Amino acid sequence: MSDLIRQSAAVLAEAIRRREVSAVEVTTAHLDRIGAVDDQVHAFLHVDAEAALAAAAGVDARIAAGEVLGPLAGVPLALKDVLTMHGVPTTCGSRILQGWRPPYDASVVERLRAADIIILGKTNMDEFAMGSSTEHSAYGPTRNPWDLDRIPGGSGGGSAAALAAFEAPLAIGTDTGGSIRQPAAVTGTVGVKPTYGAVPRYGLVALASSLDQAGPCARNVMDTALLHAVIAGHDPRDSTSLDVPVPDVVAAAQRADVRGMRIGLVRQLTGEGYQAGVSQRFEEAVRILEHLGATIVEVDCPSFDYALGAYYLILPSEASSNLARFDGMRYGLRLGDDGEHSVEQVMSLTREAGFGAEVKRRIMLGTYALSSGYYDAYYGSAQKVRTLIQRDFAAAFASADVLVSPTAPTTAFRIGEKVDDPLAMYLNDIATIPVNLAGNAAMSLPVGLAAEDGLPVGLQVMAPAMADERLYLVGAALEAALRDQWGHLLIEEAPAL
Amino acid sequence: MSTTKSSAVDVIPFDQALADFEPVLGLEVHVELGTQTKMFCACPTAFGAEPNAQVCPVCLGLPGSMPVVNRTAVESTIRIGLALNCAIASWCRFARKNYFYPDMPKDYQVSQYDEPLCSNGYLDVTVQTQDGPQVFRVEIERVHMEEDTGKLTHEGGATGRIHGADYSLVDYNRAGIPLIEIVTKPIVGTGALAPLVARAYVTELRDLMRALGVSDVRMEEGSLRCDVNCSLNRPGDPWGTRSETKNVNSLRSVERAVRSEVERQAALLLAGGRIIQETRHFHEDTGRSTPGRSKEHAEDYRYFPEPDLVPVAPSDAWIDDLRTTLPELPSARRERLQQEWGISAFELMSVVNAGALELVEATIAAGVDQAAARKWWTGELLRTANDRQVELSDLPVTGEQIARIEALIAAGSLNDKLARQVFEGIIAGEGDVDDVVAARGLVIVSDDSALIAAIDAALAEQPDVAEKITGGKFQAAGAIVGAVMKATKGQADAAKVRALLLERLGVAE
Repeated sequence: MSDLIRQSAAVLAEAIRRREVSAVEVTTAHLDRIGAVDDQVHAFLHVDAEAALAAAAGVDARIAAGEVLGPLAGVPLALKDVLTMHGVPTTCGSRILQGWRPPYDASVVERLRAADIIILGKTNMDEFAMGSSTEHSAYGPTRNPWDLDRIPGGSGGGSAAALAAFEAPLAIGTDTGGSIRQPAAVTGTVGVKPTYGAVPRYGLVALASSLDQAGPCARNVMDTALLHAVIAGHDPRDSTSLDVPVPDVVAAAQRADVRGMRIGLVRQLTGEGYQAGVSQRFEEAVRILEHLGATIVEVDCPSFDYALGAYYLILPSEASSNLARFDGMRYGLRLGDDGEHSVEQVMSLTREAGFGAEVKRRIMLGTYALSSGYYDAYYGSAQKVRTLIQRDFAAAFASADVLVSPTAPTTAFRIGEKVDDPLAMYLNDIATIPVNLAGNAAMSLPVGLAAEDGLPVGLQVMAPAMADERLYLVGAALEAALRDQWGHLLIEEAPAL
Repeated sequence: MSTTKSSAVDVIPFDQALADFEPVLGLEVHVELGTQTKMFCACPTAFGAEPNAQVCPVCLGLPGSMPVVNRTAVESTIRIGLALNCAIASWCRFARKNYFYPDMPKDYQVSQYDEPLCSNGYLDVTVQTQDGPQVFRVEIERVHMEEDTGKLTHEGGATGRIHGADYSLVDYNRAGIPLIEIVTKPIVGTGALAPLVARAYVTELRDLMRALGVSDVRMEEGSLRCDVNCSLNRPGDPWGTRSETKNVNSLRSVERAVRSEVERQAALLLAGGRIIQETRHFHEDTGRSTPGRSKEHAEDYRYFPEPDLVPVAPSDAWIDDLRTTLPELPSARRERLQQEWGISAFELMSVVNAGALELVEATIAAGVDQAAARKWWTGELLRTANDRQVELSDLPVTGEQIARIEALIAAGSLNDKLARQVFEGIIAGEGDVDDVVAARGLVIVSDDSALIAAIDAALAEQPDVAEKITGGKFQAAGAIVGAVMKATKGQADAAKVRALLLERLGVAE
């Protein structure tokens, strides 16, 4: 089998199952690729080649022994460094967690291991998932394989870049306000934020507990569905985990059919503020969906205008509390422990040095928003907006089966371009945030390159909570039509590096 | 406002304080629930394990870990709420209380804030007054659930407190143990009875927890902790500024803490001073408190609903089920026992105040007459407990042992004096009743010849006494009886000695 790194996860798994190629060969090919290109891309913070090869050898041995393994057995994966993995460094892109090796596996990691997926290592991210560019990592930025001077999106830029650079065919991301979808959009890959509670959060280092959701990332819709099926499902260790059957996303990706579906265009998520090339590719994709047999309707979600404001109150509030535990007392960085400083001073020195500017900014915002006397005006009002957004979605889903929008207002911007302008950075998530506030599901998939800069454009599909399969029906149908049009997937056009 | 500098008078006598001021109390009681596992994880809760042996990612608050509510803890809390006549919320949430402290793994405590599981109840308590028992209704503001913190030990330094310590150790075994907090509404109108009402309330609460079987409520192990809020105001004036006294670790100290705080505040107010809103630290040894944290500028805990947990929404059916599991409550039980034993309210109060109700009941169940059971527990044994500064229930004496002692007394082989020595032996760990009797040789000397020999020896020692007795001065017999008792180390029946003596001298009364 030639060029293992450019194959889809489904194809690799099938070849491994048929013993046309070994899991060790597949893993080695990807480790070699990481060795060859990751100096340029910097998608990974930690690669555990030894463990990956040992796991791959185990898969090969069991297949040789006639065991029937899962549909992704032996396929390598890149794991966002926000999920714990027993004994493997987990930094969340922060200096404050430098050197910490968790004593336990996240639920998602347990499920990946149980599915015999080979975890290559941990990928770079904005510190504690705060950012849209991966520039806020304490370990340096990740670069977009389409243009190494540009950002790969964030916070999950490492996972998306690993896919686009062919360092891994599968990746896990987490999405609090768009951290799976926006990186997918700007790297020409596919990413899904499942319904809140569909994938257990146990072992996902919390940014904003009521918004965080782990999800699958890949280079095509079917691989994404296969990975989705592995990681989704109830876990009693996460009280917010949904105890309902997982929708059959793989079957939906196979059906790839939008005939008779009503697809809603959200008035608030188009037009002004969107790059011309982004709008153009998006509108073309909508016409393709119509051509495939869907009915296009326009829906109005007036409260979406307040989504960004509400999000930047709720997220910092929860984050200020979630990040309190990083105090230098029990794990990670500790400064000032010299017998001269008090406990309070050790905590302050550690947090001062351990957190980056964006994290401090959001801790301050959240601390303020939760303060007595301000709580009602800020956190309380934001929760009301959240309810209104849920109602807008409910009304929109009464007239449409799914909603669509551009995933991000622009293509990948240049590294350094927005790093000193937090508000401009926050606007990247304007189309992705409403879904997190409402807790429903969304996918980003590539729909072409923008005319003005030749960079990937993503389309977002949004589905009601617990109807994640609709994302795959629409995504797979659109992907197939575009592949027919181009003769290949968009990712094939990515630079060779 | 005049200076708060402490005057020559730091405290004034309690009665004098009450002449000018009325106290307002508020009691916050924390109870560790006796669940097998912690509030939000499956770690065991047993007391006394090696430090940090009963921990996991959840109760250590490791990044990524998540809490799951202990159903038994919720049930216990609902049962407590029902027993305290509270309304049970049909929907409530946990909240995060945010503050930095090294005993708190997450630097926030998962607690309940504006949505407690139980609210608006009451508990009636009885105190003994000169005019007989008086009932006070203590109103309950709320009962809520939370997780305990770890335990800090400060090493080095003189005080064992954080300031001046060389280093501190943290044991997270306690972190995450289910706690409930029971908060009273302000308790007014108790006047001079305030210390007794406070003690009676905590005692009643303790007995209630024990009856419900939700906690072992051992104050010395910290499974029941009480914070005493107290303020004074002149009659007719608005309430004064309150202090909060912590580290009140026994029932006796609840009473003492109220008393000492009333005395301290009254002295300060009478000297023209101002009460500072502060936390105070009670000292068991001196019975006084020293200032701790000032609460003038209230700490902002930035409470918000805990997003890692779903709301607790007990159904009516569940609550009704739990209501059927409520045992006989202590007040009802007391009424029943008073009737069964046929004693007065005052007599029952003596038993209750001694903390002897269960013990007396168990002793009666072992076959002892109620009067004898009460006599031992509220007499000899209570004195022993007080001498040792322990609770009566901490004495290693059982109802069965008292039954055995009573049987030996009835058989004439022990008397009360010897019985006391048996108790002494049991408490000293010398074994069961018969072991102590045998080892110490505690048997009434009933052999007449031995007694007559002792009488003769005593008469020989005090030759004038025989003359007095035969001359009709029978009270002189006491000197001989005493000498015989001494010679037999108390192991004789005094009445029998006297009879033998008179017989020996050939006289009759």
